[in-house]
Amino acid sequence: MLEALSFDFMQHALIAGILVSLLSGVVGSLIVVNRMVFLAGGIAHASYGGIGLALFFGFPLFLGASLFAVATALLISAITLHQRERIDTFIGLIWSVGMAIGILLVDMSPGYNVDMLSYLFGSILAVSREDLYFMGGLLLLTLLIIAIWYRDILAVSYDSEYAALRGLNVKFFYTLILVLSALTVVIAIKVVGLILVMAMLTIPVYIAERLSHSLLGMMAISGVVATLFTTLGLWLSYTYNLTSGASIIVVSALSLGVFLIGASLFKHRR
Amino acid sequence: MSILTIESLSFSYDKEIILQSINLTVEERDFLAIIGPNGGGKSTLLKLILGLLKPQKGTISILGSPPQHNRSAIGYVPQNTNINTHFPIRVIEVVMMGFIGEKRPLFGYTPQQHHRAMAILKEVGMESFAHAKIGSLSGGQRQRIMIARALCANPKILLLDEPTSSIDVKGQREIYNLLKKLNQSITIIVVSHDISVILEYANKTAHINRHLAYHDISNKKETFHIHDPQEHFCEVELLQMLGSSHCTACDYEVGSTHCESCHHTKELPC
Repeated sequence: MLEALSFDFMQHALIAGILVSLLSGVVGSLIVVNRMVFLAGGIAHASYGGIGLALFFGFPLFLGASLFAVATALLISAITLHQRERIDTFIGLIWSVGMAIGILLVDMSPGYNVDMLSYLFGSILAVSREDLYFMGGLLLLTLLIIAIWYRDILAVSYDSEYAALRGLNVKFFYTLILVLSALTVVIAIKVVGLILVMAMLTIPVYIAERLSHSLLGMMAISGVVATLFTTLGLWLSYTYNLTSGASIIVVSALSLGVFLIGASLFKHRR
Repeated sequence: MSILTIESLSFSYDKEIILQSINLTVEERDFLAIIGPNGGGKSTLLKLILGLLKPQKGTISILGSPPQHNRSAIGYVPQNTNINTHFPIRVIEVVMMGFIGEKRPLFGYTPQQHHRAMAILKEVGMESFAHAKIGSLSGGQRQRIMIARALCANPKILLLDEPTSSIDVKGQREIYNLLKKLNQSITIIVVSHDISVILEYANKTAHINRHLAYHDISNKKETFHIHDPQEHFCEVELLQMLGSSHCTACDYEVGSTHCESCHHTKELPC
């Protein structure tokens, strides 16, 4: 692994992995405590439409995916706030239609046909310096937003009825969490791909939830745990020549299994 | 000036009339118990007082202005304190939610707010639990935390919705003793089913079943039949009496005020 770090692409991969892990720990915590995993899944898949859009019109992929994902988040938020009881149907719809639009646009794009699988399952070894800047910038922006509104986000997530009574704009913060999820998904596309990102947003968070007493602690522990999984997954992927995104996810899932068995043994012994 | 005045208030959902011509005046340091059957309009009245619903006819005023303009005058303690018990949040963080709506610093809460929250936790006897996870507390302890949260805003009225519905008998006593202590400086309105308990502490009752029947019970012996030396009220008889216009045990007409002349009726088996 150490000699691998002399390659630029490996350095980039490692940095990208860490950035995405930290972000998915923070935003994944918000998604899990607000029970929005299915909504985030819908946004993740629909954002493929943005990739198709960017390819077709020839603007940067990250920009296209970001705009499309944020638009999807706003749409989902509007539907949740007005059609709560049919939300699962609409998410399923957005989930597939977004992908379908993306596939059609990729089909129709002139020039070379990009490898679709790399967006679905990640291509961490192809992360460029510009990608890193974009990821770093988005991570900073997200952390700043959460730092400023942490108390409000916490209040809305824990007890939205009371938060509304105290005059907080619950709809705004609900939408904000969805938009942050959208941006996180976009950043994670290069690392684990938009299909595998869901495991990255949930497995470390689930482990962290058992170990923490506060949302802040949960975010920090999730970030560290996700970073460990990503690094280990990358190392396996490099050593045994495996797909990096899938390696990261399988490492996470196996670790979760070990953690759960360990936790239950620990409980029995006490 | 009365702290809460409701005048000829009516409210209906679609065509169903929920509340009709309600009049109610609450004075400072009253301990008012709102009782009545399920579906009788208790929660609707609560929402109207909190300003979450607007009266269709009549007026509600809190210290002279409508509830929407005087939100911080009411501290609200919701019925269900068992929501989100797995949420990673510390007691102190829940309590400080009560400060939302006050002038805020850029990040989090001010040190003064932190001190005040600790002082209020001490007042409700929970200061040693400040850093415990909310889910590790018992139902009664969590209820105290919700009361502490409501007290943060320095309310003139503390409004509690079924505060003891999921608490054991000992916990209920403790909650009511706490409320009695708080009642020395603050007006308390409790919506409750625990008739026999509430009558020990309340000085006014309002029975709501579409209409409102108001009783001053500060002098309980004159108001109700006492059947045994332990001064226990017969709940069935009491409920019937509070809801109807005449005393069911004797033929005394109660009208809208209280029934004073009941001692001379014959004792009924209860």
